[in-house]
Amino acid sequence: MADQKTVQQVKDLGSTYDAGFVTDIETELAPKGLNEDIIRFISEKKKEPEWLLEQRLKAFKYWKTMADPKWAQLDIPDFDYQDIHYYAAPKMQDAPKSLDEVDPKLLETYEKLGIPLKEQEILAGVAVDAVFDSVSVATTFRENLKEAGVIFCSISEAVHDYPELIKKYLGSVVPMTDNKHACLNAAVFTDGTFVYIPEGVRCPMELSTYFRINEAKTGQFERTLIVAEKGSYVSYLEGCTAPMRDENQLHAAVVELIAMEDAEIKYSTVQNWYPGDENGVGGIYNFVTKRGICKGARSKISWTQVETGSAITWKYPSCVLQGDDSVGEFYSVAITNNYQQADTGTKMIHLGKNTSSRIIAKGISAGKSNSTYRGLVRMSPKAENARNYTQCDSLLIGDECGAHTVPYIENKNFSAQVEHEATTSRIGEDQLFYCRQRGLSEEEAVALIVNGFCREVMQHLPMEFAVEAQKLVGISLEGSVG
Amino acid sequence: MMIKIEDLHATIDGKEVLKGINLEIPAGEIHAIMGPNGSGKSTLSYVISGKDGYEITKGRILFDGQDISEMEPEERAAAGLFLAFQYPVEIPGVANTTFLKTALNAVRVARGEEELDAISFLKLQKQKAAELGVNMDMLKRGVNVGFSGGEKKRNEVLQLTMLAPKFAVLDETDSGLDIDALKIVSQGVNSLRDAERSFLVITHYQRLLDYIKPDVVHVLAHGKIQKTGGPELALELEEQGYAVFEEKNGEAA
Repeated sequence: MADQKTVQQVKDLGSTYDAGFVTDIETELAPKGLNEDIIRFISEKKKEPEWLLEQRLKAFKYWKTMADPKWAQLDIPDFDYQDIHYYAAPKMQDAPKSLDEVDPKLLETYEKLGIPLKEQEILAGVAVDAVFDSVSVATTFRENLKEAGVIFCSISEAVHDYPELIKKYLGSVVPMTDNKHACLNAAVFTDGTFVYIPEGVRCPMELSTYFRINEAKTGQFERTLIVAEKGSYVSYLEGCTAPMRDENQLHAAVVELIAMEDAEIKYSTVQNWYPGDENGVGGIYNFVTKRGICKGARSKISWTQVETGSAITWKYPSCVLQGDDSVGEFYSVAITNNYQQADTGTKMIHLGKNTSSRIIAKGISAGKSNSTYRGLVRMSPKAENARNYTQCDSLLIGDECGAHTVPYIENKNFSAQVEHEATTSRIGEDQLFYCRQRGLSEEEAVALIVNGFCREVMQHLPMEFAVEAQKLVGISLEGSVG
Repeated sequence: MMIKIEDLHATIDGKEVLKGINLEIPAGEIHAIMGPNGSGKSTLSYVISGKDGYEITKGRILFDGQDISEMEPEERAAAGLFLAFQYPVEIPGVANTTFLKTALNAVRVARGEEELDAISFLKLQKQKAAELGVNMDMLKRGVNVGFSGGEKKRNEVLQLTMLAPKFAVLDETDSGLDIDALKIVSQGVNSLRDAERSFLVITHYQRLLDYIKPDVVHVLAHGKIQKTGGPELALELEEQGYAVFEEKNGEAA
């Protein structure tokens, strides 16, 4: 009955991934493979200072000794690191000085993705850094931001223009030794975004980076660094897509956030990497290390993520709550369909007094997919009166998928409080019928019910993204019920 | 003829629950179906509206002359069929007003009408909600989440009056209602009554029919219409109970 239909509909699921196109553009590629010469090649392309090259080589040396992290509930096929290109960039004469100099094909690509880069055309109030394969191709509103003292540029430029800041903070939150994926990133990272908000400045617009993988047989290894000085505020968004391909592509990013006294960083992600087809062929391996440190007292870092894409997601945006009274938040929606796998969650490391953290994680599994919430809450001996509240809810669609919740709680302080709530439910036949009787199609009904389920998380997204994210929820679950 | 049900047999989980129903409801009429528990009343409402798991093994349902037996629930809704649920379903996180707007516009689009803009929608909702004593708080809360039994039923009738279908099945809309709520709900239904619109009112008790006056009353037992009559049949049943139909059929209920 319904189950047979489910199987059929999942089979019928065609190309509903509308970011799956390829841009036909001349690309400069590094030779395939990973070795010291390739790393030198990347560093040279970026005209990097010697210290950074040294750091990359050190990371590479260390990487070779590291084992893959195996603790996640993921079935990760062996990956041939020598079979991909670690540098791919659209051919350009020189770095474009203004948007007028950017290859129209690139502008077209972003427009097709709903991210027009021409400033007069974009939503007022959102600045974009567009990263295409290994390079940043355009960054909008830079001048306006500069007036406010805000630095918003690609990380490659920042290495040249703000070497002191980069030297001081790059790798300070996620050391190269953290894990194998982060270490690889430290060795081969190509581009990404740098944001610096000076003391007392409230960033006048939303900042965003749009990551696009285009070239086949490549990986994307971007690096993002955000520093918010004393009393400053910034809201940053990132979005990601990739073409539909039969091969699996690697995306191993590192994001580091630093919030000083009374500073607040709000970091939102809508992750829509190509998830693979209905038989589990192709898709992005999304192995990402994201961590923020609340260095100063009363600082706050808030992660919001909507994860709908990728064949495999391995991602744990975390907060180190060092400053007294600092606050960490993690709001997450992870949707898996077909053969997707996601193992995602957070770490809240409470070091300071009166620190508090809040975790709301919503997992939706459909098809034959598997989704795991994995989270650590650690109360260190000095975390007097620290508080954590965790809520994990899983929603199952059909009966061939799985949802798992793996909370780790370490409490070394008697005055600290940790609360954990978890629920698992199935999308109800009765709910679906109720909606359909009122005239909604089955897919509209699923989207509505799932968006209701995710509402607590969605409302933390900036307005510009919330609407997109809601649509994405519907799209990513197309064909998931029968 | 608004609705014409011909020799309808239906099963759930392989068990035959409807065993040859014949029923005709002309446009503009209200018919009541009464019957003991387990007689197939709710099953009939689900089969008419197309719920998964209910299989028609014989016969057919004509709605406005069109055979809807194989149609999806949402297609039947778009054609103008509405079911007020006996047990309205909760949808957490979806504001009641969002649900109403989504439903109304889905039906309008399916009928080739234009979607209602936010302002017109809110105006309409405000008026209809006030008539039924549905307050703002109920509109903002998740669909049926934390609603009392009576609030859920009022909410069903609010949806009914907003969607204004051609044909509505009310499945025990009176259960869980006190007398005041019953009057309000009945007024809501009566306000829709006109020469073009028909109702099938499923109930256990005669009480509801004091407020929603039926043209015809049917008695359903053992998956079949056992008797059909005027409004006086309901009063008769109230006095005598359903025992007579139990014996007549000679089967265990």
